[in-house]
Parts: sequence; structure tokens; C-alpha cells
Amino acid sequence: MYYSLIVLLPLLGALIAGFGARWTGERMAQIIPSAILVLVAAMSWAGLSGAIEADGEFIPWFRWMESGLLAVDWGIRVDTLTGVMLIVVTTVSAIVHVYSMGYMSHDPSKPRFFAYLSLFTFAMLMLVTANNFVQMFFGWEGVGLASYLLIGFWHHKESANAASMKAFIVNRVGDFGFALGIFGVFALFGSLDFDVVFEQIPGMVGATFSFLGYEMGVLNTLGFLLFIGAMGKSAQFFLHTWLPDAMEGPTPVSALIHAATMVTAGVFLVCRMSPLYEYAPAASTFITYIGATTALFAATVGLVQNDIKRIVAYSTCSQLGYMFFAAGVGAYEAAMFHLFTHAFFKALLFLGCGSVIHAMQDEQDIRRMGGLWKLIVPTYILMIVGTMALTGVPPFAGFFSKDMVIEVAHAAHSTSGTYAFALGILVAAMTAFYSWRLIFKVFHGPRNGDPEAYAHIHESPPIMLIPMAVLFLGSIIAGAVFYSMFVGDAAHDFWGHSIHHAPDNHVLHDAHYSPLWVKSMPFFAMLSGTVLAFYMYILHPGVAERARKANPGVYQFLLNKWYFDELYQTIFVRPAMWLGQFFWKKGDGKTIDGAIDGLSMGLIPAVTNLYSRVQSGYMFHYALAMFVGVAALVTFAVTGG
Amino acid sequence: MTSDGFLLNLILWLPLFGGLILLWMGDGREAERLAARRWSLGITVVTFLLSVVLFLGFEPTEVGFQFVTDVNWLAGLKYKLGVDGISILFVLLTTGIMPLVILASWDVEKRVAQYLAAFLILETLMIGVFVSLDLFLFYLFFEAGLIPMFIIIGVWGGGRRVYASFKFFLYTLLGSILMLIAMLWMANFAQSTDIEFLLTHEFPSEPFEVMGIEIGAGAQTLLWFAFFASFAVKMPMWPVHTWLPDAHVEAPTAGSVVLAAILLKLGGYGFLRFNLPMFPVASDQLATFVFVLSVIAIVYTSLVALMQEDMKKLIAYSSVAHMGFVTMGIFAANQQGVDGAIFQMISHGFISGALFLSVGVIYDRMHTREIAAYGGLVTRMPIYATIFLLFTMANVGLPGTSGFVGEFLTMMGAFKANTFIALVAATGVILSAGYALWLYRRVVFGVVTNPALEGIQDMTTREIVTVAPLVAATLYFGIDASAMIDVFSPAVSDLLQNYHAAVGAPEALLIQPGGGEAAIAAPASGSDH
Repeated sequence: MYYSLIVLLPLLGALIAGFGARWTGERMAQIIPSAILVLVAAMSWAGLSGAIEADGEFIPWFRWMESGLLAVDWGIRVDTLTGVMLIVVTTVSAIVHVYSMGYMSHDPSKPRFFAYLSLFTFAMLMLVTANNFVQMFFGWEGVGLASYLLIGFWHHKESANAASMKAFIVNRVGDFGFALGIFGVFALFGSLDFDVVFEQIPGMVGATFSFLGYEMGVLNTLGFLLFIGAMGKSAQFFLHTWLPDAMEGPTPVSALIHAATMVTAGVFLVCRMSPLYEYAPAASTFITYIGATTALFAATVGLVQNDIKRIVAYSTCSQLGYMFFAAGVGAYEAAMFHLFTHAFFKALLFLGCGSVIHAMQDEQDIRRMGGLWKLIVPTYILMIVGTMALTGVPPFAGFFSKDMVIEVAHAAHSTSGTYAFALGILVAAMTAFYSWRLIFKVFHGPRNGDPEAYAHIHESPPIMLIPMAVLFLGSIIAGAVFYSMFVGDAAHDFWGHSIHHAPDNHVLHDAHYSPLWVKSMPFFAMLSGTVLAFYMYILHPGVAERARKANPGVYQFLLNKWYFDELYQTIFVRPAMWLGQFFWKKGDGKTIDGAIDGLSMGLIPAVTNLYSRVQSGYMFHYALAMFVGVAALVTFAVTGG
Repeated sequence: MTSDGFLLNLILWLPLFGGLILLWMGDGREAERLAARRWSLGITVVTFLLSVVLFLGFEPTEVGFQFVTDVNWLAGLKYKLGVDGISILFVLLTTGIMPLVILASWDVEKRVAQYLAAFLILETLMIGVFVSLDLFLFYLFFEAGLIPMFIIIGVWGGGRRVYASFKFFLYTLLGSILMLIAMLWMANFAQSTDIEFLLTHEFPSEPFEVMGIEIGAGAQTLLWFAFFASFAVKMPMWPVHTWLPDAHVEAPTAGSVVLAAILLKLGGYGFLRFNLPMFPVASDQLATFVFVLSVIAIVYTSLVALMQEDMKKLIAYSSVAHMGFVTMGIFAANQQGVDGAIFQMISHGFISGALFLSVGVIYDRMHTREIAAYGGLVTRMPIYATIFLLFTMANVGLPGTSGFVGEFLTMMGAFKANTFIALVAATGVILSAGYALWLYRRVVFGVVTNPALEGIQDMTTREIVTVAPLVAATLYFGIDASAMIDVFSPAVSDLLQNYHAAVGAPEALLIQPGGGEAAIAAPASGSDH
């Protein structure tokens, strides 16, 4: 009941804000959902110990569908993984709700905004509490819907509409893989309940089945298909293109959905499926490679972007890559740890960006900012702390989790692990560089923006700053406080049965005994990135410009995000449209209708005859005649035959 | 039996009676027109309530036909009616949609009485298809249903209505000639026209050669194709689907609703009543053939839908794609596939019906179906935007709406039968998101650029009332799908048992055990059809 309430109350909030605003008034339509979220967040924190104890208990609600052996129930599963995600989701959501009361104060559609936010929260909670694949898919697509609605919240903007559609469709590509994975799970295991499926997995090791005409390993195939879903939702390499565009949505949305919660659903999926991935080595290796590559790709693009939100978006994409390769090498706890800490500092950074954008009257281009720190000191401090946590300055949150992620990659002692380790170090340097570049260009240096904007600059109201303070606190202490539970000595008891390890998986344990050079590498990488940024943007501001001019090819390649959008436009979108046009005009029009029309040429006299009859107004006589005629024909045929 | 049978007869004939009375009523004066509308609404509502009573008395766990009427008619023909788990929901769908259709026609002024009469007569004919248990009675209803629809399009339709109605007529007529011949052969062979009897009758399936061509399941194959020709057109399946977009475009709103919500289901129902149970050997052999046509329908028409500039055409093409899931699920011939197919048909009745109603709402205001004429409606019509969004998402198969369950189950069934087909079909979920969201974006989002839209009014109470039951049904069965599946699942299970008795147990996805830690459990599909 307790956990069910946590999941269902946000839905109530969404309904009140969405349909009740007429009766509650606009103000209450914001306060009620926000208050519900604060309550639910408190309940989630208080419920963590209970969730650890429950360790996989299922709380059934009611039946959803039943067809043959396929039986799917609504209900929630309570274990540590769920408990941690409940905390992450409700906490950030509560903060974003409260913050939005300030941020959206000039928007005419506030109730709609809060309805969407709460709806999102509900869907996300359904996702993380699912006990079967179908309910997870419900949450999975539900957050996709909410994301679609929130990215396109300002529906008068063409760019926002395009971005929301793109997000939904690219996610659908991922869902296509996810759905096939679900079909495969049922076809092979005869159930869609996690426990029933997980139990059978060890027995399936080495088993193969015929898939698309090939003899494929059961577990690797399923692991691979499910991961395609994760790639879509978590914006991994090849399916990442929607995330930067998603920044068209209001900034609180970016903090909640596109940084802290929804985009981490893919990581959660892989961790939830640890009993599967433990026995699907090829799929896990694939995850490691994709994760590491995404981390690098997004970081390189982030180096040169000029939109303040897009820089942070690419950073998110990159950090998600970290989480994936940690899960890929078998250290699901490390992945969850980074997911947890990342939620705090990335949400903080986004809300900080929102505060900056708010202060600068909706300016988002960092080339038109600069020298802001004295004007908005609280925001400056919050952003600095978020940046230190992200780049991994000890003892901020990211220091613990990012180092852990990099160490487990090394401890895997595999080709893919080493690849991830090397890239992880490199990316740590880049992360520091682009993060500090953002800070320096926004808060330091000359004032490059519109003097008018500078004249009216103002700090955000307390209703925005206070929620950020909670994240501020989390960014500082979340790593140190939760280290032992998530990945340290207490990890085994903490996670219980929610994360499964194969008997030969000691990665997490081994990572604690990494050599000193491994442990210190991320720190020095971070330091070098920071120093370079300081050199290029504070000490010698002309250097960046010269570097850009010296390497126009590289710069354009990165600025245009490796030309993925152009590539997809060419190989998917345009051919689909061309085919649609071709099938329509040539297939339906020329070929099929051509044949039909040709056939009917012989019947033209009949057509004309028919036409005049219809026109004559006696159609009911005609109908009656036809009816009797058919009856007569049948009678004749039967008695005659 | 007599009293039970009476209720079903009443449901069947009441609309026709109401329609014939309407033809006597005048519609010259406004009061008369109003009376005609109220009368039609009353008749359809009573019919619906009666069918609800019927449903409450229906026992889903009892396999076989219930509420049976069986009397001899003229010349050795039988008048036999009854419903089973598969047909009863189609009866409910029909009677449930009709009051909404009448409500949606409230503003029609041209020959109101005749217009409404056509719909009432059509209702009887459609119900007749679902409850007939005699071969020729079925044929009669199946073919006669064409006539009122033909007239509705031909008289109250748009500019190219004659072309559209004739195309519609020609297509369906060609298919039905073959079906009639097949029926005659069957009646002669089995010496009965009783469908209940024919369902247990075994039709010969020994292969033979015709002009050097091997006919895999002999007579069954030929009969199968004869029925297929008729049902594939009604469905409609690729490549005999091109009548549908034209018919929809020219039909008045109410006509489109009936066409999409009910008439398209006749084909799927026919497959389930005839092809699958009566010709199992042929169905088994031709499953791949149907699969290929189904996925072509899904991919091809989705791509075509993407390029449409006319709202109704777009939704019509999307219907063809959704019906592709139905045929795929039926011939997957396993529990999930067939359950999913039936669910998908009923659910598509709600969703496509509502989508055509939605188009009707703005067509009535703007008198154009051209997508480019709209844009920015969300600021003028927030209620409309919300309702249209719900059905767009249901059309896309979002979990939580009924649109999801049907697609999910049919693909699940297909995956067990043929992974490649399931893979191609699953691309449909990407493409449907493409065309549906793009339509929504162009019509609802953006800013108002067309000055004619400045004064456009949001939905009226009547329009909201019309669509509200569909909203409720789409959401309710999306969340509690069991409530619907339980009704037909036993009947489907029985059908499949007989089917597999004829063609052998379903082929499970062959799992080759590896050197796993334990013995490999047999795949679960053995007891699961």
C-alpha cells in the first residue's frame, strides 16, 4: 500500500492539474501536484529500508491481460533497485516541481505544465517498479509520451514541435528492439514475469534458437534486443540524436527528464536485467563498447557547442555512456551509483542553467554571456559546485562514482573493459574542459551579451534557489555518504537479490584493489582538463579562437555533431518519404488502380446506368430490388443445386 | 432456447424495423427531421441496451453457440442464428457504435429520414453477418450490407462519390462471386448449410494437380482462396485496399465511422469463422502467404500514410496497416495471435471510429480535409486537441490504450510463428509514430496561419458526448484488457484445439540446448496454442 501510494499519488496530481484547474484555480493546480511530490519524495526516502528488506516482494494490483500462457498483472515490485530509483525520481521531480513554480511563473499554461510533469513522474515510477516486461514497457512508453509533450510544450515554436516528434520517433526505434526482446522472452521462457524468467536463465546458457533464419544464442540475442531499447531511451551512440534537440523544452524539463531520470531508464533496464546480462557476455561486451564510444563521442561534441543547455545535454549523454560501460563490464552497482550521484549534480547544473537563462531574459548562447558571476552570486556558487561534482573534484559526489566506474572498467581485464577504461580517462579530461569552459564563458571574462539584458539582470527568486539548495547538498555529499552502501563493503547486503552476479564476476571487488596509477588517473585527467580550460578561457582568451581557425575541419565536424542528423536525413527520412510517395502514386495509383480502372472500362455502361439510378432518388427501391434479387439468386442456387 | 433466441432476433431486426418506419416518416419540416433523429437514436440505443442484456446472459466459458434460433426457411434453407465468444463482441461493437453514428449525423439536413434509415438498415445487415449460422444467410447479410453503404457514399458523399462508391462496389462484388461459388460447392459436398455443422465437418485436403499446378491442400486450398478473395477485399488487405481511401474520403463522417469501425471487421470475422476453422490444412500451408501480404500492408501503407495531404486518406491508410496486424495474428494460429487479432479489431473500432469523428468535427467547421489548411488548433480548441491526442496515441499503440494490446499480442503470436515476420511488422510501430505524430503536429500544433481558423469553436457538448464512450472504452480496455479477452479466449482456444488437431501441434521456436548449468526446460508453448 505504502509503495503503491508513492507510485499512484503523482497520477492523482497530474489529473488534478490537468483536469481540475478550472475548479482549483491556477495557483492550486501548481501547489497540489508539487505538494504531492514533496510528500512522495519524503515517503521514498523513508521507504528505502523497507524496500531493502522486501527484496523483491510483489504487490499485485489487478489483471491486465491474459491470453493463453501469457498473463500480465499490474502491480509493483519492491526491492533495493526499485527503492533507489524511487528516491532518485521523486526527489528530483519534487525539486523540479517546486522550482517550476518560479521558473514558469510567466507562462500562460501552468496547469498543463504541472500535469505533464506529474504524469511523467507517474510513468517513470511505473517503469522502475515494474515486475514484468509489459508494465515496464508501459512506463517506458509513458515517459516517452510525457517527454514528447514536454519537449513540445511551447507548441507555437516549430523547432520545439520538430524536436518532440524526433524524440518520440527515435525512441520508437529503440522500443522496436525492446518489443522484439519482449516477444523473444515470452516465446522462449513462456512468461513475462521477471522472477519466472530470471529463474530459467542459468538453464539457458549456451542454448540457441532460430532467429531470422540464423541459429542465435538465446541469451545474447535477447540481451542485445533489450539493449536497443535502452540505447533509444538513454540516447546512446546511433540513437542519441534526439537528446540535444530535446533541449527545446523548458529547462526544468531538461533537468528532470533529460538529465536525472528518464534518460537513465536504459541504465536501470540493464541493471534490472543483470540476471540476463550476466549470462550474455556478447551482449554485455556490446554494451561496454557502445557506452564507452558514446561517452567519447558526446564529450567531443560538447567541447565546441555554444548553447548552454546543449553543452549540458551532451555531457549527460556522455555520462550515460559511463554508466553503461560500468554495467557492461558487470559492475551494475557502480552504474547505479553513478546514476544516483549524477541525478543530483546534473539536475543542479540544468536548474542552474535555467537560472542563468532566466536572468539573461532567455538568452542561451554562451558567446553572448560572460562576466555574470558578480551579478548572480548564488547561481554562480551552485553552478560551481555542480561542475566540481560532475568533473570529479574530491570529495564531491562525482569523484566517488566516476572513479568507481573507471576503475571497474580497468578491473574487468578484458579488451572491451580496457577500451572503456582508456576512453573513460580521456573523457574525464574532456568533461573537465567543457564544463569549465562553460563556467568561464558564462560567468567570467568580458560581458559579451546585450547590455539591455545585463541592465535588467536579476537573481532567481527563493522558490527556485531553495530547491536547488537540496541538489547542492546532494552534489556535495551523495558520493561520500552512499559510497559504502552502493559499491563498498555494505554493497552486498544493500542490493540483496535485486542485482545478480555470476559466480565468476568479481569486478566490483577487484576494482577496490586497483593499482594506484589507475585510481589516480581520473583525477589527473580532470586536473589537466581544468587547467587547459583555465588557460584557454581565462589566461589567454585568444587561444581558443586560434585553435578553431587552425583546425576548421575538425571544428566543423564536432560542431555539426559528427553529421549524424544529416546522415539520418539522407539514409532514413528521405528514402522513407520517397518510398511513400512512390508506393502511393505508382503502386496504388498507376498499378493497382490502373488495373481496376482498366477492368471497369468494360463496365462503363453499367456505371452510367447506376449513376442515373442513384441520382433519380429511388435508391431504396433499387436497394430493395437488389436485396430481393440476391435472395432469389441464393434460393435458386440452392434448390437448383 | 426460444426465449433466448427471441432476444437475439429482436436485436437483429429491431434496427431494420426502425429504418423502415423512418422511410414512412417525412423530413420536410424541422420538427419532422428532429423526430427522425430522435427515433433513430432511440432505436439504436434500445438495440444497444438489448445487446448488453444479451451479453450479460452470455456464458463465455461455455464453448459453442448460445442464444440459438434454428428454423427451416423456404426451400430447405435454414434460418439459424446464434452467438459465440468470437461473435458476441462484434455484435456489441456494432450496436454500441451505431448510437454514436446517429449522434454524429445530427446536423445532416439532406434527406434526413432516408439517410438515417440507411444506417439503421445497415445495422441489421451487419449484425446479421455476425450472428448468422447458416451459410446462405451469412452470404445474404454479407452482400446486402454493401447496398446501404454504397448508397450512403453515393448519395450523401463528397464530390467524387460516384467513382468511390462504384470502386467500392466493384471490388467487393468481385470477391463475393467466388465466395458464393465456394459456398454452393460446400453445401453440395456436406449436404448442409449449417455453419455449426460445417465447423465440425472435414473438407478434403488431399493435394491434386490442376493443369500441372500442384494444389497443396486440394479442395481446401481452392475453397480457402474463394473465401479469402472476399474477405481480403473487405479487410482490406494489400493489394486490394485501394477502394478504402477513396471510399473514406467521399463518405460522410458517419459513413466513415461505420466503415472503419464495423465494416472492416467483416473480413477478419470471416477469416475466423470460415478460413481458419473450416480449412485448417490450407490455412496452415498458406499462412506464410498471408504473413507476407500482412507485413507488406503494414509497411507499405504506413509509408503511404506518411505522404498523405488529406486527413481522411491518412487515417484510411493507417487502418489498412492496422488490419495487417489482424490478418497476421489470425494466421499465426496461436492463442496470442488470434486473441490479439480479435482485440485489435474491436479496439480499432473504437480508435478509428473516434479518429474519423475527430476529422468530422473540424471538417464540419472548415469544410476541408486538407491537412495544410489547419495548424495551431490547440490554442482555439483545447478539448479537441486533448481528445485527438488521446486517439493519436492510441493509434500509435501506446501502452495504456487499447491500441497497444492488439498490436502487442498479434506481434507476440507472429513472433512465435515466424520471427522474421514479427521483425518486419514491428517496424510498423516506428512508422505509425511517424505518420500519426506528423499529422497531429500539422493540424494541432504550431501557430494559426489560416485566417479562417481564427474564429473556430471548440467541440460542442453533442460532439463530446459522441466521442466520450470511445474515450472510455479505449482507456478502459487498455488497462483492463482481460475484461475483453476473457470473453473470446475460451472460444479461440477451442478453435485452435480443433485447428491443431487437423494440422498437428504448433511448431515451437526450436531451442537447441547448450552446455547450460541445468537441463533445458522444454519451451512452454506445448500447451499453449
